[in-house]
Amino acid sequence: MEHLDPSIVDWSRAQFALTALYHWIFVPLTLGLTFIVAIMETIYVKTGDEWWKKTTKFWMGLLAINFAIGLATGIIMEFEFGTNWSNYSWIVGDIFGAPLAIEGIMAFFMESTFFAVMFFGWDKVSKKAHLLSTWLVAIGSNLSALWILVANGWMQHPVGMHFNPDTARNEMTDFWALVFNPNAYSKFLHTISSGYVLASLFVISVSSWYLLKKRDIQFAKRSIIVAASFGLVVSLFNLTTGDDSARQAALHQPMKLAAMEGLYEGNAHASLVAFGILNPEKKPGDSKEAFLAKLELPYALSLLSFHKLDAYVPGIDQLVYGDMEKGIMSAAEKIERGKDAVAALTAYKAAKKAGESAKAAESLQAFEKNSHYLGYGYLNNPLDVVPNVPLTFYAFHTMVLFGGWFILLFIIILYFSMINELNERRKLLWIALFSLPLGYIAQEAGWIVAEVGRQPWAIQDLLPVHMATSNYTSTPVMTTFWLFAVLFTVLLIAEVKIMTAQIKIGPKGEDHV
Amino acid sequence: MKWIYRIYHFYRDGFQGMGRLGKRLWLLVAIKLLILFAVIKYFFFPNILEEHFSNDRQRSDYILQQLTQGD
Repeated sequence: MEHLDPSIVDWSRAQFALTALYHWIFVPLTLGLTFIVAIMETIYVKTGDEWWKKTTKFWMGLLAINFAIGLATGIIMEFEFGTNWSNYSWIVGDIFGAPLAIEGIMAFFMESTFFAVMFFGWDKVSKKAHLLSTWLVAIGSNLSALWILVANGWMQHPVGMHFNPDTARNEMTDFWALVFNPNAYSKFLHTISSGYVLASLFVISVSSWYLLKKRDIQFAKRSIIVAASFGLVVSLFNLTTGDDSARQAALHQPMKLAAMEGLYEGNAHASLVAFGILNPEKKPGDSKEAFLAKLELPYALSLLSFHKLDAYVPGIDQLVYGDMEKGIMSAAEKIERGKDAVAALTAYKAAKKAGESAKAAESLQAFEKNSHYLGYGYLNNPLDVVPNVPLTFYAFHTMVLFGGWFILLFIIILYFSMINELNERRKLLWIALFSLPLGYIAQEAGWIVAEVGRQPWAIQDLLPVHMATSNYTSTPVMTTFWLFAVLFTVLLIAEVKIMTAQIKIGPKGEDHV
Repeated sequence: MKWIYRIYHFYRDGFQGMGRLGKRLWLLVAIKLLILFAVIKYFFFPNILEEHFSNDRQRSDYILQQLTQGD
């Protein structure tokens, strides 16, 4: 693009990352806590034990705080689409329209109806009707996430669409291909299950605090049993969905997988790096070692990526420089084809304007031939296809390490809960208390893997980020970046303050929502 | 029409019987929405394509121009 202020790309990117990362502090807890609350209320309805009602209402109060403070933090990203990412918004408009409209309508109706029954309806509707509303809030808020992730999954693996060279828009040709995009549903399941893990950690962490303070012991123990049982099941599920997400990356975003694993040199018996320290001097194509130190699981990367011990996993070098033997096209070749697609699109536009229909048809044919490489036409250097390897690698390994720790923690907590010795294990309670921040770090690390790992693409292979940005000045974007940084920090402080105040009041307090 | 009356009462009683925490949260939501929509959206987030072009044809042409100019 001509006259594009280069800093607009960085500021727009930074602003989107800031808002998405802050938004993602609130959302996963809501997704998971709705289910935990629904399980607790189900126990109440089944047993008729008023203790469970009190327990449910307490956690529902904390859910309300998180929901109210997180509410509409995501809408900012939609503002950003129209201002900072207008090219992108136009190009994806037809694809994003349907899922985001469904999400908006669903969120509005579910939230205004069933949330109201959940909070206002305790003594107004029957127990079963109230329980149904609580479950519908849980299901509805999770389905809301589905549509967002359908849109995101499409960006990572665009399917069910066709680029219209007359309107410059991707038009949906198959709605179900979009919905059942394997990338979208693996991402959806991994994302929501990670939210359930976080909510389980939250309940365990807060309950551990009560046990450490030797107050509300019965309430805390009961809450821990529900959260640890739920947490263990969902964390194991999260492990399988994570495996599927990595497999999707292997199939459709091999560069992302290579960056996640710090894999520069592809091989047929690829090992999985369990722990590793990357060599900061390493660059694609050189002969330096990729790691200063590492601990590997032999064959595991081949096995997990393609379900075969001897499957070939391409590395960054192969994906940049190509490998004829393995049938991997170099980035330089893709860039050339992309430039051919851009040139054909330019010729098509000129021929249409001049009314030369034969030339337009010929140009269109040339464009269609290379349209899958269109995005590469806007790159200048083959190394542009490599994302930030250290950030992707460390974020991925942090997420996996903490994910493994959470499974272990749930097992230990559940074991000591079952033998009724949990409140005597004070060190374990302290560990459980401080595992909550790790849950949040894992959540944010997951977002970084998904989004940094797919750079330079806004839409995989079709639109690089710098082409998605508006031709706009960076000053207002910088201003709003700092404005959001302040606003979100205030909201986060408010969340922590109100939440801790409510936790200190405890389940016996009458000040429920 | 009776059901509309019942729904109205349901919400009215819900809001009236709300605890201090609920009221604080609603206040917070209202302030936040006001800041987001009346200040941030209004002053800082114009829809560039909507503002600069009057129809989709012009918007398409502009984006095509962006896509075909290259870097």
